[in-house]
Amino acid sequence: MNGSEPDTKKAASTKRQQAVEMPKQEPEDRVKNFREVALGYTEEMAREEASRCLQCKKPQCRKGCPVDVPIPDFIKCITEGNYADGISVIKTKNALPAVCGRVCPQEEQCQKMCILGKKGNPISIGRLERYLADWEREHGVQVPDRAPPTGKKVAVIGAGPAGLTVSADLVKLGHEVTLFEALHVAGGVLIYGIPEFRLPKDIVQKEVEYVQRLGVDLRLGNLIGRIHTIPELLESGYDAVFIGSGAGLPQWTGCPGENLGGIYSANEFLIRVNLMKAYDFPQKDTPIRVGKHVVVIGGGNVAMDCARISMRLGATVCLNYRRSRKELPAREEEIENAEEEGLICRFLNAPLEFYGDDKGWVKAMRCTEMELCEPDASGRQSCRIVPDTDFTMDADTVIVAIGQTPNPIIQRTTTGLQTDPRKGTIIIDDEGRTNLKGVFAGGDVATGAATVISAMGAGRRAAQAIHDFLTNQEPKEGSP
Amino acid sequence: MYEILTKIQLAHKETLFEVHAPEVAAKARPGQFLIVIPRAGGERVPLTICDYDVERGTVSFAFHEVGKTTKELGTFEKGDCLYNVTGPLGNPSEIRNYGRVLCVGGSIMIAPLLLQSKAMKAAGNHVTTILGCRSKDFLFMADKAKACSDEVHVASDDGTVGEKGLDFLNELLKKERYDRCVVMGPVVMMKYVSEMTRPFGIPTVVTLTPIMIDGMGMCGVCRVTVGGKMLFGCVDGPEFDGHNTNFDELIKRQRTMLPEERLSSILWETSGGCDCERQ
Repeated sequence: MNGSEPDTKKAASTKRQQAVEMPKQEPEDRVKNFREVALGYTEEMAREEASRCLQCKKPQCRKGCPVDVPIPDFIKCITEGNYADGISVIKTKNALPAVCGRVCPQEEQCQKMCILGKKGNPISIGRLERYLADWEREHGVQVPDRAPPTGKKVAVIGAGPAGLTVSADLVKLGHEVTLFEALHVAGGVLIYGIPEFRLPKDIVQKEVEYVQRLGVDLRLGNLIGRIHTIPELLESGYDAVFIGSGAGLPQWTGCPGENLGGIYSANEFLIRVNLMKAYDFPQKDTPIRVGKHVVVIGGGNVAMDCARISMRLGATVCLNYRRSRKELPAREEEIENAEEEGLICRFLNAPLEFYGDDKGWVKAMRCTEMELCEPDASGRQSCRIVPDTDFTMDADTVIVAIGQTPNPIIQRTTTGLQTDPRKGTIIIDDEGRTNLKGVFAGGDVATGAATVISAMGAGRRAAQAIHDFLTNQEPKEGSP
Repeated sequence: MYEILTKIQLAHKETLFEVHAPEVAAKARPGQFLIVIPRAGGERVPLTICDYDVERGTVSFAFHEVGKTTKELGTFEKGDCLYNVTGPLGNPSEIRNYGRVLCVGGSIMIAPLLLQSKAMKAAGNHVTTILGCRSKDFLFMADKAKACSDEVHVASDDGTVGEKGLDFLNELLKKERYDRCVVMGPVVMMKYVSEMTRPFGIPTVVTLTPIMIDGMGMCGVCRVTVGGKMLFGCVDGPEFDGHNTNFDELIKRQRTMLPEERLSSILWETSGGCDCERQ
């Protein structure tokens, strides 16, 4: 109004506090389609957001990144309009930036550490990473040089986030890498788990192609444990094996009636829709049936994905979670997106029994109310049944999204491999070594279901350990 | 790509493919199955292995044209390639010298059953094979059955070939001692035979064919109840104890997507995709 100096300063500081919003499809539109919800920054938006970065001398954001991306460096490149260098900077540490820019929980990692976050919004690191990755895809992806061949061969099992990272890292170091994928498409959870509207599949496909262009030999439809066992791989000339087979085995409520028709595991629901494109049935061959009243049981990102898919398939969706809203493990952004799209959440209840019609299809469920009680040993809020609070609700489709454990096939077919009998996970040390010589593991198969980026971080550490093993080096001090 | 080296028309809508897949062939065992994707974008169909030849580098599977994908598979010819053949999946059968083994096969599952008969015979068993079919025109592989069994009986629903129905099995069970029974066929038949062997206390193994998608333990659509426990057809099976299997639940679960399967099938036929001249 009066343009005096203090006001200008105030304006500047206000500007610095607010992050540049990323455009999204409007809720009423997006709930009718499977296209990506978040549309990405324009160049102007990216540069404006990047200009907020303080370029800290001791960047905290980088400490929050599981794969140690030099965050201030790539942001600086954006402010200078030097996008090619920016993406190269990211790719020194992260082979899948278009994926991470979309699905990493930045608010819990890099952005949580950002100094700007103390007063206002932290820098939107994920959105900027996405901008550079998308810029590169439009302008042609450059493939870096490989180190001279070492003559060493590595078998990587599972083409998900961990396996792709290990493969990319090791092939760049000059090792020969064969990547075995059990499904007919590479990408793991990025393909079968995360829906199109959060992570378009052509983007995943491009990231996989990048890893192939680096020189990785990808073998699809190869279930290790059946077509080859790990001992057989080692005998047949592989010098090391990395197991990144993920956590693909669904968990169940154990309630009576769970085998009725219309009750899906989250995995089945997601595989039908994402991997087999059942939302496009009958143009695509694999069907999905979703009724009018869908109940999703669970509260994580997988539950949110299932709920948002169901709404796109025309259903009214209720999410039943045993704890309260505060304890929802899903990303805040995903909860907000889902609620904008019409998700109804019902907290503090748990299923007891499912009822079916005469054709064996679910029609209703009996639940009980729950209450919060003391945190358990891990510090997580526990909950318990409130007696005599049963209620019945209609449900013609139920999706059980209460977690996944590792697939047991490799564990069962690898004699002597040390596993946690309770969780089904493979036991590894900090660098990803299992108890068997030359056999490494990482990602969800070792930790239980976690995030894409933590699997990539584990892949990165294991790749270094494998490289050290292959070159007979002692682990370096301070290696990532 | 997986080239079809041999195509055999077993019966009206029953076909056998021998496919080039050397790595799969090298590890295949009786009782295991494949996931077949005919073309890019197609369904993942579980099909039981009915033979393998390590030297030729081939695996064989047979299918009955019931839904869209199997009808489409039927249009593939020798020399054509399948988009993907993943396997071997599931646990191999327990092939041992049990003594006297009764192998009962029905309709398309006769093809994989004979692999069991062959393996059981090779393990030193006395093998009695029973071939069940709808009628005379649906009987196939009778010669092969004779070659890999000590005794063969044929039965048809309408009595046009062999015995009428499977009731004669009861007489056979009364007359002879059997140490193990292997049944592969339609669920109702596996249930029926399991009930027949129960009073005689003959360990009876059935091959369950629930709906599957990935076939490697991920989706859980193939869950079955055996002995009161939830198990997965793909990774815990596909063979289970017939005396403890909840067949009625399996029948219901097999039908959960029937309206969608019918729609898909009708669209395929009306779009001219089917090979109507052959029918």
